[in-house]
Amino acid sequence: MAKLTVNGEEVTLDVPEDTPLLWALRDEMRLTGTKFGCGIAQCGACTVMVDGMPRRSCVTPVGSIDGGFVETIEAMEGPEAEAVQNAWTNIDVPQCGWCQSGQVMSATALLRMNRVPTDEDIDNAMAGNICRCATYVRIRRAIHDAAETLEG
Amino acid sequence: MTVQNRRQFLASSAGLVIGVALPLKGRAQSGAAAALGDGTIAEGAFAPNAFIRIAPDNTVTVLCKHIEFGQGPYTGLATLVAEELDADWSQMRVESAPANDELYKNLAFGLQGTGGSTAMANSFMQMRQAGAAARTMLVSAAADRWGVDPSTVSVEKGVVSDGSNSATFGELADAAAEARVPVEPAVKNPSEFTLIGTDVPKVDSQAKSNGTAMFTMDVYRDGMETVVTRRPSVIGATVASYDDSAALEVPGVTAVRQIPQGIAVYATSTYAALKGREALRVEWDMSNAETRSSDEIFADFREMANSQGTVVEETGDSAGAIEGAETVLEATFEFPFLAHAPMEPLDAVIEVTDGAAEVWMGAQFPTADKGVITQTLGLNPEDVTMNVMLAGGSFGRRAQPTAHIGAEIAEIAKAAGGNGSWKLVWTREDDLTGAYYRPITVHKMRGGIDAEGNIVGWEDRVVNQSITAGTPFDQGGADPTSFEGSTKMPYDLPNVTVDWVKADMPVPVLWWRSVGHTHTAYATEVFLDELLEAAGKDPVQGRLDLIKDEAGRDRGVLERVAELAGWDGQRVKGDRAYGVAVHESFSSYVAQIVEVSDQGGMPKVHKVWCAIDCGVAVNPNVIRAQIEGGVGYGLGTALFNALELGEGGEVRQKNFDTYRMLRISEMPDVEVAIIESEMDPTGVGEPGTPPIAPAVANAWRALKGESPRRLPFKQAGV
Repeated sequence: MAKLTVNGEEVTLDVPEDTPLLWALRDEMRLTGTKFGCGIAQCGACTVMVDGMPRRSCVTPVGSIDGGFVETIEAMEGPEAEAVQNAWTNIDVPQCGWCQSGQVMSATALLRMNRVPTDEDIDNAMAGNICRCATYVRIRRAIHDAAETLEG
Repeated sequence: MTVQNRRQFLASSAGLVIGVALPLKGRAQSGAAAALGDGTIAEGAFAPNAFIRIAPDNTVTVLCKHIEFGQGPYTGLATLVAEELDADWSQMRVESAPANDELYKNLAFGLQGTGGSTAMANSFMQMRQAGAAARTMLVSAAADRWGVDPSTVSVEKGVVSDGSNSATFGELADAAAEARVPVEPAVKNPSEFTLIGTDVPKVDSQAKSNGTAMFTMDVYRDGMETVVTRRPSVIGATVASYDDSAALEVPGVTAVRQIPQGIAVYATSTYAALKGREALRVEWDMSNAETRSSDEIFADFREMANSQGTVVEETGDSAGAIEGAETVLEATFEFPFLAHAPMEPLDAVIEVTDGAAEVWMGAQFPTADKGVITQTLGLNPEDVTMNVMLAGGSFGRRAQPTAHIGAEIAEIAKAAGGNGSWKLVWTREDDLTGAYYRPITVHKMRGGIDAEGNIVGWEDRVVNQSITAGTPFDQGGADPTSFEGSTKMPYDLPNVTVDWVKADMPVPVLWWRSVGHTHTAYATEVFLDELLEAAGKDPVQGRLDLIKDEAGRDRGVLERVAELAGWDGQRVKGDRAYGVAVHESFSSYVAQIVEVSDQGGMPKVHKVWCAIDCGVAVNPNVIRAQIEGGVGYGLGTALFNALELGEGGEVRQKNFDTYRMLRISEMPDVEVAIIESEMDPTGVGEPGTPPIAPAVANAWRALKGESPRRLPFKQAGV
């Protein structure tokens, strides 16, 4: 049993406390935008925001974040998220798309903390998100594009 | 333009529903027969309108016969239809076509399927004719309604007009449904194209940026159980006995059942299923297992490479020429097993209701899966509905001639019995240890150079398993997917022998992005580069001097990439080195030049220049994306990846911590030039991959004196 605020709604999850947040979001809440890729925090496909910070939901037991605030791709809001998602669409970043929720999460988190990231900042913030289609060239460009939009 | 889900579509699909109203047998049949054979499309020889639905709400839905897993067929095939229909791009929708070989076969295969980078090539004329046919029917309906001659009616951006009257497609949909189906719809001249050749926005980008795109794993049915299967950790092992008492104690686990694929754990949630599987105790029967390690297999293959295999290409007398050569070079190249590792692991959902089944999966050969599901469950084909879902990558992994995922989900339903719904989930560990790898391969090369520096003899012996043996793709005789690319080189070499030694072992193997070219491009382009170096020749000019007259497209991309990279013959500048490779695969021609430095004993690739000739560039943006991705896929693999069998045959790499993926910080800048062409379009999903590894290895040799004899660059450790 764990109480969380997920995308602004308070929820009580009737699952064992060691249940990874990933499976609670997907199986219990049907928030399927958050993806399973590895289960061991190696690929970043399951990235969500917990208390405002990007977190790998596949290794985050719901009991460990009791009372926490969770934000998933389904409810990404604010200027940074909007700029990132627009940039992603404008230059057609996604290929297969499976990793992209996690990529958008990490990119949004980066821009919330750093409005003008360098290539090195992008490498550091995004290196934990694997894209098997290797859309990395466009991820980098889209983050720069989003940063430019935010700077107006 | 957006991707529609099936429910939305069904809710709005009244009106002109061309195709699904056709009896599946009957009208489509003559076309099905005539389109087989040499793969060209006979006029009037198919059911063009099986691909298009025009609704009263003025949306045009294209039923895409190819699975979308990132390579762009949803956008590409819809572009072809919209072009000939003169539709407005915003009114276009894309749906996955149902499983039906007669209507939706790949014209290159004769059955429904995606692979071999054929989606655009086999659809180019078919989808244009489908669009042109629908346009003719709309024009005819408008002309009837307005009492004018059809020749006075024009169509532009989805509006049908004769100058004084106008109507949308939606307004004409019902009437058009009554119009005669044209037998030979005329298609546009390329000079009339308004969409083909432009960067039409991809239909799936938005849904894949906001989490709404629906994949197989995202399907949830009422009362559905999740199932994970314990498979052997040594390939080919089978269950001897098992103890499920602890597994059944796990809250949420509802049942444990043995199926041919292993021991299936059924649960009310994914986590419960995974915990239940961990609690299983299984004894394995190793009698049919592959218990050799990769090192032992390599040693066996090297031994096999000492005996001649089946000669698959021969010109002149290579042995004699090499014997008489001034300089002889020899090299043995070794390539490991590789896993495809698509980001969405394999999965499937089935719902059985009173003798009917509905299935959701990223099926690359949907009729093959449907067939095995129908057979396993003892159902009638018309009672099995396949939903081909968006898939989170494939790279060949979902192209399963054995339909093993279809079989597994069917066995899960069969073992449970009765009505219900079940979701099969493979974990990453299942994915990496579950075989169906790119085959281990050894190339033994010999080459001779005369006193003037001419290559006088070339031998390439390939040792590996056959991918197609025992599948419907088996053509008998030598399997071209084992050595494609070693044969039909673009170079004019006087004495050539290519032979293939077929290895048999119980490890299932599968096509992996670019198939045989994954290793043949490396072996041929590295070895050729070494011969040119030994002869004192420039890697670019040396190749150009050798390229056959008829290989003009190879020459074209090589000249273009040299221009793009500013090639000046200097292989090393400061701490940077440059390497080149050119390779044709799937009838597309790709040349790459790379800039590399040494970063702690590993290549750091800074820049890749690439030229591709893939005929008409239907969507240059998608082509560039596929090249970027193909480069990244091939580069990460060349640098890091080997799927190794350890001692006793146990798979060593079980997840991304040891099967290391390329990351953003390792991705080079990629600059792509697309050759202008009026040739029919060819594939772009795979051809970007083969040249990157040899180009990097050639640059690395310029820097360090040697190109790796065994890939990956980093010998994987656990």
